[in-house]
Amino acid sequence: MTALLDVRGVSKRFGGVQALKDVSFRVEKGTVKALIGPNGAGKTTLFDVVSGFAAPDAGAVLFRGAPIEGAPPHRVAGLGLSRTFQHIRLFAGMTALENVMVGRHPRSRAGFLAGMLHPPWTWREEREIEDRAREALDFLAIPELAGAVATSLSYGQQRAVELARALASEPELLLLDEPAAGLNMRETVELAKLVGRIRERGITILVVEHDMGLVMNVSDEVVVLSYGEKIADAAPRAVQQDPEVVRVYLGEDGC
Amino acid sequence: MSTELVLQYLVAGLTYGTIYAVVGVGFNIIYNATGIINFAQGEFVMLGGMTAVTLHGLVPLPLAIAGAVLVTMAVGALIEVTFIRWLQRPSVLRMIIITIGISIMIREAALLLWGESVRALPYFTGNEVSSLSLGGVHVSPQVLWSLAACLVIVAFLRVFFRHTAAGRQMRACAANRDAAALCGVPTRNLVTLSFVLSAGIGALAGCVVSPITYTSYGIGAGLAIKGFTVAILGGLGNSTAAVAAGFIVGVLESLSVSLLPAAYKDAISVTILLAILFVRPSGIFGSAEVARLEAR
Amino acid sequence: MPASRLARIGLFAAAVVAVQLATQLAGKGFLLTQLTMSAYYTLVALGLSLLMGYAGQISLGHAAFFAIGGYATGLLTTVDLAARRGGGLVHALERAHVLVPRPDLYGGEALSVHPWAALAAALALAVAVAFAIGIPVLKLKGHYLAMATLGFGTIVTSVLLGTEALGAADGIGGVPPFPLAGGLAVGGGRTARIANYYVAWGLVALALLLLANLVESRVGRALRAIHGAEDAARAMGVDAGRYKLRTFVLSAALAAVGGVFLTHYDASIGPGEAGIMKSVRYVAIVAVGGMGSLWGTVATSAVLSFLSLRGTFGTLDDAVFGAVLVLVMLFSPEGILRLDGRAALAAIAGRLRRTEARP
Repeated sequence: MTALLDVRGVSKRFGGVQALKDVSFRVEKGTVKALIGPNGAGKTTLFDVVSGFAAPDAGAVLFRGAPIEGAPPHRVAGLGLSRTFQHIRLFAGMTALENVMVGRHPRSRAGFLAGMLHPPWTWREEREIEDRAREALDFLAIPELAGAVATSLSYGQQRAVELARALASEPELLLLDEPAAGLNMRETVELAKLVGRIRERGITILVVEHDMGLVMNVSDEVVVLSYGEKIADAAPRAVQQDPEVVRVYLGEDGC
Repeated sequence: MSTELVLQYLVAGLTYGTIYAVVGVGFNIIYNATGIINFAQGEFVMLGGMTAVTLHGLVPLPLAIAGAVLVTMAVGALIEVTFIRWLQRPSVLRMIIITIGISIMIREAALLLWGESVRALPYFTGNEVSSLSLGGVHVSPQVLWSLAACLVIVAFLRVFFRHTAAGRQMRACAANRDAAALCGVPTRNLVTLSFVLSAGIGALAGCVVSPITYTSYGIGAGLAIKGFTVAILGGLGNSTAAVAAGFIVGVLESLSVSLLPAAYKDAISVTILLAILFVRPSGIFGSAEVARLEAR
Repeated sequence: MPASRLARIGLFAAAVVAVQLATQLAGKGFLLTQLTMSAYYTLVALGLSLLMGYAGQISLGHAAFFAIGGYATGLLTTVDLAARRGGGLVHALERAHVLVPRPDLYGGEALSVHPWAALAAALALAVAVAFAIGIPVLKLKGHYLAMATLGFGTIVTSVLLGTEALGAADGIGGVPPFPLAGGLAVGGGRTARIANYYVAWGLVALALLLLANLVESRVGRALRAIHGAEDAARAMGVDAGRYKLRTFVLSAALAAVGGVFLTHYDASIGPGEAGIMKSVRYVAIVAVGGMGSLWGTVATSAVLSFLSLRGTFGTLDDAVFGAVLVLVMLFSPEGILRLDGRAALAAIAGRLRRTEARP
């Protein structure tokens, strides 16, 4: 059975630094896979390669069996892959609802001409976009924030909006880049429950995280990167006890 | 095309190249100190030439030139203090637009003061028909004055930036403004100084070439674009390269007259600019990484 | 259509009518000429407002597109192909009514392009140039983009000034009126003044409507997203490069339309319309009107263009726009996104307070 996401021998170099070296792993449909590793291990670079923001120097990325490495981000999104960012990137000057409505972009089609002329089919599409966006906000339990200017919200609320936006396009694969960063204990627990609910919807998740508790709690499998190389790829318990992983984490200075 | 003709074009190109080089260097001085691209750079050249002509009616030539340079430097300082000083971390784009607006206002003021008339300083030595014969080419002594002025400017700047306290401080500012400020470098005054310097050298260049190229109220904008082309060609911030680039642009422009109608001459440098921006925005000597980072 | 927009359009229409009636009552019908011209300049400003305010791209050379439109139609409708009537292509075009006879200055008959065909050609040219320029230029960021567009405008001006076939410094004259429906035409002097006024502002209303629709639509959201956080927009499926290019082309097309109709109205066009001074004006108008505000742009453009055409600023015309530009740029908040009135006043107040506080 083909995995939903198949990363094969991906390498990437930035100037003098080998950010990724021959990294391979698979993410099976319907599972939650965590990507962990010390800072600088190449996790965000890997995300960038998978989501189309960077092209690998070598290797391939297969999504539903088809190669997507080197494809631009908007095309990858159109194929059913959605992501959040490490540092929140909401659209300034737009409300939370509008932000989430943009997330619906790959599932709608009104272009320039349709936008200007505003024919009846666009009225229906706009209604559908707004409904789905509100649904996403409901799912994140923040329907009341719809009309608020996105950048005026609290950090935790902005994170929720960004997640709603990523979910609005009903992706098959969701890439979460450090979703728990900056969240307090209570919010992190909520996040864990949320990940479970997303998974129940049939969405596959690949998540980069530093919070070990969260990782152990929600993931089916864990991939560990260190200095751009994969050093472990197994169930959470097994990874926790892997001596190499332990060395990489405890042997690090000031992580 | 005979060699003699080519050499004549070359000489013409070098003459104009002097101005372009100096404007380019002026761009770089301000850019290095502040990160601002000062579109009003071309106006400094215009002001230098026009003021000198006016002063020449009252005092002998050397004094007129010195006076013009001082007046233009004062204008440079005025611009900085009035418009630039109290802005907080403006984006480069915003500053370009502001300096475009400033250049328009200066141009209009010049129009009010001097009208549309075209002026020129008298030749420093000899007159418009005197020429020296160098290797079969007839070169006006004024061309030699221009090149000499350019050399003097470059040499002066070199000494200034390497061997004076103010110059070294400006280099520190260029490298890292915050760090320089933390070390007690008076960054705000240095910004003013950078404007004053750029204005001064622009004015001097304007005086020196005006006998050959003539000056009028409206030459600033075209010079600014050409100067920007030069600065970019050499790599923004790189003053030595700017001088070389200035002569390259001047010569290319001059040679183009042999191929295309003269009216298109102004479009040549702009085409060069677009070509550079599209192909290699870091210029010939700059580094590609830096240009990408800077442009964000 | 939301009620507020309907109300605004109603207000707009009322204002247009009110101004016309006022000039009629005051016996100053001649003011309508400048008001009509202002409308065509406003079309350029509208397109630029979309480009700068929503797509966040600056263009310091937009007047060039206005000129391209104007010169294209000017040339095509004044060319005389009567001598070539024997040729196959000319004959075919005449049969297809693309080429039509019209009286020339000497009482004879010239064969020129029909204004509607010329409009189509002018638009096609402007769009083609916009694509050709836009693809490389929009890859540049910030100040490089600004200088590239400035350079583009300069090249067009140089070419127009230096080419004899395009009229060089004199431009093109004797451009015939543009026939609309039922005897109505753009151009034609005094008798058609009132009709022309309504046609011009009607065009502005149409452009406003189309652009307002666009801004509210999926594309408008995508543009604002690109302006807000381009990478995130891409990650959400927005092809940022394509959208920026299309917005650029759309704004160029609008500018060209303005150029076409002004040329027919004025019966002429000159190289001055392409220059950096004009481009700077459009930028100044958009900046003052509020970069994200279509209505603000219309209002500002109407007022400033009209005053400028009236000669209110005298010889300081360019200086006024330059000063306006500088002032707006100095006092507006850093992220020149949507400068609405309240925010602007608050920003100015904040600045003044801070300047006072400094010893």
